[in-house]
Amino acid sequence: MKALIEIDKLNLFYGTFQALKNVSMEIPQRAITAFIGPSGCGKSTLLRTLNRMNDMIPGTRIEGKIAVGGTDIYSGEVHVETLRKKVGMVFQQPNPFPKSIYDNVAYGPRLHGVRGKKQLDEIVESSLRAAALWDEVKDHLKRSALSISGGQQQRLCIARALAVEPDVLLMDEATSALDPISTLKIEELAQELKDKYTIVMVTHNMHQAARVSHQTVFFLNGEVVEYSETEKLFSDPSDQRTEDYISGRFG
Amino acid sequence: MNESTRSEAPYSFGKRNSSSALYDRIFTGLVWGIGILVILFIVGLLFMLLKNGLPKLTWDFLYSIPSEIEEGGGIGPALFNSFYLLAISLIISIPIGLAAGIYLAEFAPNNKLIDFVRICVEGLSSVPSIIFGLFGIALFVEMFQIGLTILGGAISLAFLNLPMLTRITEESIRAVPVEMKNASFALGSTHLQTIRKVLVPVALNGLVTGICLTAGRAFGESAVIILTAGVTTSGVMWDFNLFSPGETLAVHLWYVQSEAIVPDAQEIAQKATSVLIFIVLLINIVFRVPLWLNSRKTKS
Ligand SMILES: Nc1ncnc2c1ncn2[C@@H]1O[C@H](COP(=O)(O)OP(=O)(O)OP(=O)(O)O)[C@@H](O)[C@H]1O
Ligand SMILES: [Mg+2]
Repeated sequence: MKALIEIDKLNLFYGTFQALKNVSMEIPQRAITAFIGPSGCGKSTLLRTLNRMNDMIPGTRIEGKIAVGGTDIYSGEVHVETLRKKVGMVFQQPNPFPKSIYDNVAYGPRLHGVRGKKQLDEIVESSLRAAALWDEVKDHLKRSALSISGGQQQRLCIARALAVEPDVLLMDEATSALDPISTLKIEELAQELKDKYTIVMVTHNMHQAARVSHQTVFFLNGEVVEYSETEKLFSDPSDQRTEDYISGRFG
Repeated sequence: MNESTRSEAPYSFGKRNSSSALYDRIFTGLVWGIGILVILFIVGLLFMLLKNGLPKLTWDFLYSIPSEIEEGGGIGPALFNSFYLLAISLIISIPIGLAAGIYLAEFAPNNKLIDFVRICVEGLSSVPSIIFGLFGIALFVEMFQIGLTILGGAISLAFLNLPMLTRITEESIRAVPVEMKNASFALGSTHLQTIRKVLVPVALNGLVTGICLTAGRAFGESAVIILTAGVTTSGVMWDFNLFSPGETLAVHLWYVQSEAIVPDAQEIAQKATSVLIFIVLLINIVFRVPLWLNSRKTKS
C-alpha cells in the first residue's frame, strides 16, 4: 500500500518538555491507521502535528520532517489553511457550531469560496449522506445543530469535515463520548470512508483498533514502540511492552 | 438500585434526619424572599418615577422648545441632543471598542505590558464619569478652544464608553468555547474568518448586552455632558451643527430641578424623568430584537 504521510525523526517540545521522541512512520493511503497507547503518551500531539493544529499552542517546537503526499508540510511554502483543508479533523467532543445543521456543513465550503446555493445544497447533501446522517436530518436542515443527539452531532462534525473534500481525516478519540450504538455507527462509517480517505484515528479502545484499522501504532512516553499491520500487532507483537499493553498488564 | 432490591429491603425514603435538609429549605426560602423583594423594589421604583410624569406626557412636550420664564415649555432640543450625542458617541466608540476587545482577546501577546493595559482598561471603566468630563474640558475647551459643543460632548462620551465596551468585548469573545475555535481552524479558516464567522456571532449576545448597557449609561450621563457640551441648547429643533451647545435630556432634568425659574419646573422634571426611563428601556428592547429574530431562525 502506498504511503501518503511520511513522518521522519520527529521531535516535538512543549517548552522544555519533549512530548514526541524521534518518531518515524509511514501512514498508508486509503486505509485506517490507529494510534494506541496509555494516556499522555503523545497520540493527540502527533495527530495535531499532521494538520498543524499544534501551531496554535504557544511554545511548541518541532524538529524533523512530515511529508503529506510528498510535500514537507512545515516548509515555508505550505499555507496552513490549504493544508487543513486537505487534512481534516474530528475532535473528541462533538463541537458543532451553534448554527443550523445546514450552515454547519456549509461552513467549510463557504470559507473556501463556494457561493452558489445549488452547489452548496449538493455539497451538504452528499456530505451528510457520506456521514450516514442524511436520512435522520434531511427534513430539518434548518434546525440548530445543538438540538440533535451527541452521536448525531459527531456524525455532523464528520460531515462538516468531509464537506471541504479532504484527503485525510484525523479522528482523535472521536467515539469516546458516545454510546455503543453511535460508536458502532461511526466505526462502520470509517470502514466505508476508508475507500476514499486516509484515516488516522486515536483510540483508547483496543477492540476498536483491532476491529477497524489496517495498521496500528503503539506509543509509550512519546516514542513509537512498534507499528505494523493490525493483525500482526495484536496477534504477534514483537515488543514485550506492546504485549503487556494489549493484554492489559499495564497502562 | 433496581426494583427487586428496593422491594425486598424495607428502605424508607422519608425525610432526611440531618440538619442539611432544613438548611436547604431555609436557604431556598431566603433566596426566593430576597428575589421577590428586589423585584418588588424595582417595580415600585419604576412606578414611583413614572406615575407623576407619564400620565401628563403629551407629544407636544417631546418636541417643543423649552421656555425660560413661562409655563408649558417642552424638551425638544434636549431630547434631540440626547439621541444625537449618543449616536455620534456610539459610532465612534463601538468600532474602536470592538476592535480593541478583539485584539486583547485574540491577538495580544501574553506579557506584562498587555497585563498592564488590561488593568488600565478595567480601572478606566470604573472611574467616575466626571473625570472624563474634566478630560474633555482640557481637550476641547482649553486645548482646541472650541467651547462647549456637541462634538466635544460626543467624543468625551465616547471616551467614557470605550473602556467598558473593550472589556465586555474581550470577555464575550473569550467566553466562546475553544472547541469551536478549533473546529473552525481545522476546516482551514484563517484567523479573520474565524473571528468573523464564529467568535463574533457566538459572542453576539454578550456583545449586544454590553452595547445596551453602555448606550443606556451614556444616554443618562450628565457629568460629562455638563462639562463638555454645556447646559444650554441652541434653542431650535433639529440642529445638526456639531459646534452647537449640546445640553441633553439628563442634563436638562438636572437643570430644571435645580436652576430653572419656570413655574412648572417640577412637572417638567417629572415628565422628563419618565421619558428618560422609557427611552433607556426602549434602547434595551430595540437592540435585542435582531438577536431574538436570529435565535428564532435557528432554534425552531
Ligand atoms: N498544550 C500543552 N502544553 C504542554 N504540554 C502538553 C500540552 N498538550 C499535551 N502536553 C503534554 O504532552 C504529553 C502528550 O500529550 P497528548 O495529549 O498528546 O497525550 P495523549 O496520548 O493524547 O493522551 P490521552 O490519551 O490522555 O489523550 C502529555 O504529557 C501532556 O501532558
Ligand atoms: Mg489525546
